[in-house]
Amino acid sequence: MQTILSVQNLSKTFQSAGRTLSVLQDISFSIEDGATAAIVGPSGSGKTTLLGLCAGLDRSTGGTVELNNIRIDQLNEDERARIRNQYVGFIFQNFQLLPTLTALENVMVPLELRGERDARSRALNLLDKVGLADRGHHYPTQLSGGEQQRVSIARAFSNDPRILFADEPTGNLDAETSDKVVKLLFDLNREAGTTLIMVTHDLELAAKTQRIIRIRGGAIVADEIIAVHG
Amino acid sequence: MDKVDLTRQKVNIRWLFKMAWRDSRRNRSRLFLFISSIVLGIAALVAIYSFGENLREDINKQAATLIGADLVLSTNKQLKPSGQPLLDSLGDERSQERRFASMILFPKSQGTRLVQVRALQGDFPYYGGIETIPVQAAKQFKSQRQAVVDKTLMLQFNAKVGDTIKVGEVTFAIAGVLNKVPGQTGVSSSVAPVVYIPLQYLDDTGLLKKGSRISYYYYYRFNDPTGVEKLVKDIRPRLEKEDLDYETIESQKRETGRSFEDLTRFLSLVGFIALLLGCIGVASSIHIYIREKLGTIAILRCLGVRSFQAFLIYLIQIAGIGLIGSVLGAALGTVIQQVLPIVLQDLLPLEVTVNVSWFSIIQGIILGLIISVLFALLPLISVRNISPLNTLRISFSETSMFRDPLKLLVYLLVIIFILSFSYLQLRSWKEAIYFTGSVLGAFLVLSALASALMWFIRRYFPSSWSYLWRQGLANLFRPQNQTRILIVSIGLGTAFISTLIFVQSILINRVTLSASGNQPNMVLFDIQSNQRDAVARITQQQKLPIIQQVPIVTMRIEEINGYTAPEVRKDTSLNISRRAFNSELRVTFRDSLTDSETITEGEWRGRVDSTDGTVYVSLEEQYARRINMKIGDRISFNVQGAIIPAVVGSFREVDWNRIQTNFRVVFPKGVLEDAPQFHVLITRVPSPEASARFQQAVVRSFPNVSIIDLDLVLDVLDEILSKIGFMIRFMGGFSIVTGLVVLIASVLISKYQRIRESVLLRTIGASRKQILFITALEYFFLGALAAGTGIILSLSGSWALARYTFETVFVPDMLPVLLLFVVISLLTVTIGLFNSRGLLNSPPLEVLRRDV
Repeated sequence: MQTILSVQNLSKTFQSAGRTLSVLQDISFSIEDGATAAIVGPSGSGKTTLLGLCAGLDRSTGGTVELNNIRIDQLNEDERARIRNQYVGFIFQNFQLLPTLTALENVMVPLELRGERDARSRALNLLDKVGLADRGHHYPTQLSGGEQQRVSIARAFSNDPRILFADEPTGNLDAETSDKVVKLLFDLNREAGTTLIMVTHDLELAAKTQRIIRIRGGAIVADEIIAVHG
Repeated sequence: MDKVDLTRQKVNIRWLFKMAWRDSRRNRSRLFLFISSIVLGIAALVAIYSFGENLREDINKQAATLIGADLVLSTNKQLKPSGQPLLDSLGDERSQERRFASMILFPKSQGTRLVQVRALQGDFPYYGGIETIPVQAAKQFKSQRQAVVDKTLMLQFNAKVGDTIKVGEVTFAIAGVLNKVPGQTGVSSSVAPVVYIPLQYLDDTGLLKKGSRISYYYYYRFNDPTGVEKLVKDIRPRLEKEDLDYETIESQKRETGRSFEDLTRFLSLVGFIALLLGCIGVASSIHIYIREKLGTIAILRCLGVRSFQAFLIYLIQIAGIGLIGSVLGAALGTVIQQVLPIVLQDLLPLEVTVNVSWFSIIQGIILGLIISVLFALLPLISVRNISPLNTLRISFSETSMFRDPLKLLVYLLVIIFILSFSYLQLRSWKEAIYFTGSVLGAFLVLSALASALMWFIRRYFPSSWSYLWRQGLANLFRPQNQTRILIVSIGLGTAFISTLIFVQSILINRVTLSASGNQPNMVLFDIQSNQRDAVARITQQQKLPIIQQVPIVTMRIEEINGYTAPEVRKDTSLNISRRAFNSELRVTFRDSLTDSETITEGEWRGRVDSTDGTVYVSLEEQYARRINMKIGDRISFNVQGAIIPAVVGSFREVDWNRIQTNFRVVFPKGVLEDAPQFHVLITRVPSPEASARFQQAVVRSFPNVSIIDLDLVLDVLDEILSKIGFMIRFMGGFSIVTGLVVLIASVLISKYQRIRESVLLRTIGASRKQILFITALEYFFLGALAAGTGIILSLSGSWALARYTFETVFVPDMLPVLLLFVVISLLTVTIGLFNSRGLLNSPPLEVLRRDV
């Protein structure tokens, strides 16, 4: 198996009110292509910061991040944007759909951005897969939370990402909707063979992945491999 | 493993346009609000530009009919015999005219009135015509003892064609009603209505006495008019020698163009202020708009949109809306343009046509586009710095312009734009720099004030006050506050509006004569020395006061410090004004100052120095400044041929607002007593009947004496001023309405800033009254502080304008300004509260779904 994400000695500090705040210290791990992993930890442990650094949304203070064999910590903001468009998909706790675009257009954006000609038909196909074929012309505010998250999943898969980052994907959903969304996410992930890295504090959800990285106070405290799920 | 090409910089323009369109979908009404701020400014400018453009074209088209001939020579002196051969050698057709002011009498009604008599011989005008009813009267009167009489006079004295008028000693039959004279404005014809008589009867009138102020005009038509400019250049030295002024069609175009450029330039500056206000509106609205777009931009960045692409999406949006706003403004301006000529027609010497000026429209649209993009760029370039990390946690820290050099560049561009545009309007770098500096200064002061306010409230926060007060005050400095943006935009808006109010009152005060109570209202002039006592007697017989009786001697400046006019013209290094030699001076002599005069420099000497005979003259100080004179300078005056050397002995400040004869130059007693002179007598008549009786009595005995009824002049002046005042208010109105639109837009847009937390407060149980109180408090602080500072800024600006530009004392009329303060503060609060209305009347969740 190839390594899709490699993090070495990663650290992140912030300046706040004149003093230095260390959020992550000396984090190292690597994820293999096609694997699923969960980063878990209590609030304020630094898991979202770690996700942001791995996905190239932020710059680290020290250490390296290699995504698909590219040192993204050395790239500038626009080069990282290109990496995200080519290899990365995102799912957020609060869905982060563009409010002025319809569901269909939201799914089309990453494809259009790459200049794909069949953006519309592919987006329709994905909406169909998440069960929202008939809601494509609705705006985000006209959809329920679960529906919004399904649109967001369709969008995340639209550019055939090599790696998918999910930040508390069920954090804003009720239990029943959560289950449906999680099933959809894992099914699509399996189908596409995408690497999935998820930040959550829901241990039940984390247990559905192959590996759980536990962090606390900005450092990895445990790294467990779980039996492979069918 | 595949490799991604990171260097590829493909920008899919079509997609960017598509995204700009999609993204604008649910914000269009808000975007239109931004742009509504520039619609009026563009409208004002397009209206003025179109008017100016049409005026220019009309001047070019009508210049020939304005002067009526290919060449006009004129002088105020009787031509010397040496000049006659020159006059006879010019042109293929010739006419001549004498003009002078005189009283005329309508025997039927016994009415008298001061008019401008024009005694004409020849076929002038060669272009255009003297418009009369009946038409043939314009030509016929010249061959008989007939006159054509201005229509206002005919109306005033209820005269009809066939009646008679008496000019001096001669009675003329009225051949026709004069409707229009080449080159004369409606206003000038009501101040001095024209009466044409044939030149051959002029001598018989007995009005050509020595000292009478007669102008001589010579009109020429050329079969080949193309050579006139060159001819004039060739004969200029001879013309100067004979004291002849000249006018050609080309010089007329230049002159008329120049004087009306001043008018349109002033009006466009007022329009520009409206536009600048609009710019503030654009900048502040886009600033808040982009803040709200933070989340969207972060998501786009997350999905792989490059920072420049994100920037372009919003640039396209704003340019698109700017274009629509500019087109709307240009259309509105073209409509408004129809009004300007109606208002200004009487002040213009020509027919102004109202054509759609595509040049002005395109100019206005391009200007609107530049302005909306330029001023939107300030907030827009921060789009480049919005991190995709905002999808995970929202934090918006503005980069300072020192950290982002592009921001510095945009500020520079804005300053260059304001500077060059104001230069285009003012045509003086010094004034343009003052104007731009003041705008910049006001911006900095307001911005600093906002920072100081936030610091002060945070530092001395009244922790013991009630929750509502604390919440309202805290809104002023908490993150996402709108303090700076609202203080700057409302403050600058108020400063512009109140400066306009002040300037308007400075202008109007300057020209309003204090025509109250016992002010004199009748001036008799052209009284010959031998008539002086008799006229005074008639005045006393009619029981009228002799308020002032002064001798007047006309003269020109011959030399200044030993240099003549041609020498000064040749040697530009001399610090002597060329203008000093141009005008004919009317001078008096006396041994004391009047009560409207004060000596500001030098020493007043009422008599010629008895030891060495030096003549010390006193100059009015502003006149002295205009022609660069100092105390002790030597001036030689040419008093109708006799040269009188004199020394500048003192400068006087003169209160010109008093109705009495005031003089730029006053001679001491003992030198001009025997010079050719006429006298002026000033009196006050209590009623129009007394005025008519007195005028009849004087004109009957002394037909050469002219009488100005100041009440009549004041009426005309009042009419002119109310027209000009209307014009200023009309254009100023654009600024004021734009200011209000900007205020409404700024406050309305800020609604989205506060909506989330107001909903939150509502959700946790805040009452309607509590939310209203918090909102009112925040907006009151912002409105009152900004308006107050704006007014203080405009007070200092207007003081400087009054002191240095208008050279007058600045006494601000505080009532309208106080009113402005109250209105702006209340308006800010009202609009702020109006914003919360929707919030308070619907359930919180609905509000969030609808507006956020």
